Amino acid sequence: MKPSEIEEVEIDLFVEALRLRHGYDFRHYGRASLRRRLLALQRLFGVAHLVDLLPRLLREESVLSKVLSALSVPVTEMFRDPEVFSVLRQEVVPVLRSFPRINIWQVGCATGEEAYSLAIVMAEEGCLQQCQIYATDINDAALATAEAGIFHARRLALYSDNYRLAGGKAKLTDYCRAHLDVMEMDVALRRAMVFAHHNLVADGVFCEAHLVICRNVLIYFDRHLQDRSLALVRQSLVRGGYLCLGLQESLDAYAGKEEFYPVDRLLRIFRLRADGGGR
Amino acid sequence: MKRRGRVIVFGCSTGGVRAMQTAFGLLPVDYPWPIVGVCHLHAQGRWLMPEVLARGCQLKVQGAVEKERLQGGHLYLAPPGYHLLLERDRSCSLTVDEKVNGSRPAIDPLFESAADSLGDQSIAVILSGANRDGAEGAYRIAAQGGLCVIQDPNTAEAEEMPRAALAVVPAAQRVVVRLEEIGPFLQTMGVVTNG
Ligand SMILES: C[S@@+](CC[C@H](N)C(=O)[O-])C[C@H]1O[C@@H](n2cnc3c(N)ncnc32)[C@H](O)[C@@H]1O
Repeated sequence: MKPSEIEEVEIDLFVEALRLRHGYDFRHYGRASLRRRLLALQRLFGVAHLVDLLPRLLREESVLSKVLSALSVPVTEMFRDPEVFSVLRQEVVPVLRSFPRINIWQVGCATGEEAYSLAIVMAEEGCLQQCQIYATDINDAALATAEAGIFHARRLALYSDNYRLAGGKAKLTDYCRAHLDVMEMDVALRRAMVFAHHNLVADGVFCEAHLVICRNVLIYFDRHLQDRSLALVRQSLVRGGYLCLGLQESLDAYAGKEEFYPVDRLLRIFRLRADGGGR
Repeated sequence: MKRRGRVIVFGCSTGGVRAMQTAFGLLPVDYPWPIVGVCHLHAQGRWLMPEVLARGCQLKVQGAVEKERLQGGHLYLAPPGYHLLLERDRSCSLTVDEKVNGSRPAIDPLFESAADSLGDQSIAVILSGANRDGAEGAYRIAAQGGLCVIQDPNTAEAEEMPRAALAVVPAAQRVVVRLEEIGPFLQTMGVVTNG
């Protein structure tokens, strides 16, 4: 067997140990990306082979959080793909506004920048009061950062540009305090947000939602897990609810795709048909 | 591993457009192997690279699509903002993992995934570029027994990228080819190996 094939066996063993010991199932994640993340984990722990980590994975409780942090990819930004937020603002929020209460489920929120972006849009459109943003992820360390709402100030310039391109009506610094090298998000935004642990692989519907934003999470999954996740999202949506995916994700291979129609095909914004028998 | 033909992976940045046009422009539409690459050059706004490249190219040029299987006669480019990785079943994966070498997409993740997933079936092509991205990945492909085709730095608008690859890839696993000869070289390889 070639060394690279032996490494594949090691990956299988590691994934199986993680599942049997800790209940986290990564079997249906994209293999090439998983391999990269596991290699990074191996370097982090300074072990020569992935199997050298198995004893600690099995016996040391504290290893799990490090493993989950290394395997999940909490890379995000505020107003990433600004046009998406601008279309949400112009086409989706006016419809959402008619509901007395608006539930937004943001799946795979990472460190929360996207959730804060949404809160800013809702605030500027005058409906933050009636809005609840549930932002979920499997990475607890990332969730803690999201909860604190404190980000590195070196990203402020990029975020401000994105905010402006997304049709922002004021200045991003109106929504955060920059001091020293951090930017701290306004507590008024935070009041509309709930951050929680939720696993697309294992958990059920999180809430009833008028809008689900699940961007750049499905690309990490195989078709099987993509289907499961989309079914979950579909179940959580009210009739006429909206779904926003990442720019490189689509409903094309999803069995229930006929229940949705595109609001903006390129920006991957879809709407569940009102007669589609939503919740 | 089942032999299903090779996969050509390539990378470039500065001077890359002309290099890609010259290297791949004359390959016929029935060229047997898929060509998959990363070009760093993208400013803001709509991504025009596939269209730019499609002009004067017989191959079908397209942005790589998540989970799509690679086909011969096609040239795939990593879309802006996403790393492109190859799977063992020769499908594409896109990720938004951290930037690598200051870039996303980056060449190293593509090359490394090709090395791991396809082993000696990968052929790396390193074209003009003003940074060292791709060198490590090319090394990994070479270590798996794959071939590295390096653009002769003297024919590159920016020579740092091919020079960086030259410095790390063992001589036995590489060929250095003048820009205008890369197309004919790949063409011959495709015909001879596949015939
Ligand atoms: C690349 S981030 C996307 C962040 C943000 N949505 C964006 O597009 O900027 C992917 C996130 O998905 C999360 N994730 C991965 N697997 C998950 C799962 N099974 N359930 C929920 N979240 C998951 C990761 O922890 C990570 O924070």
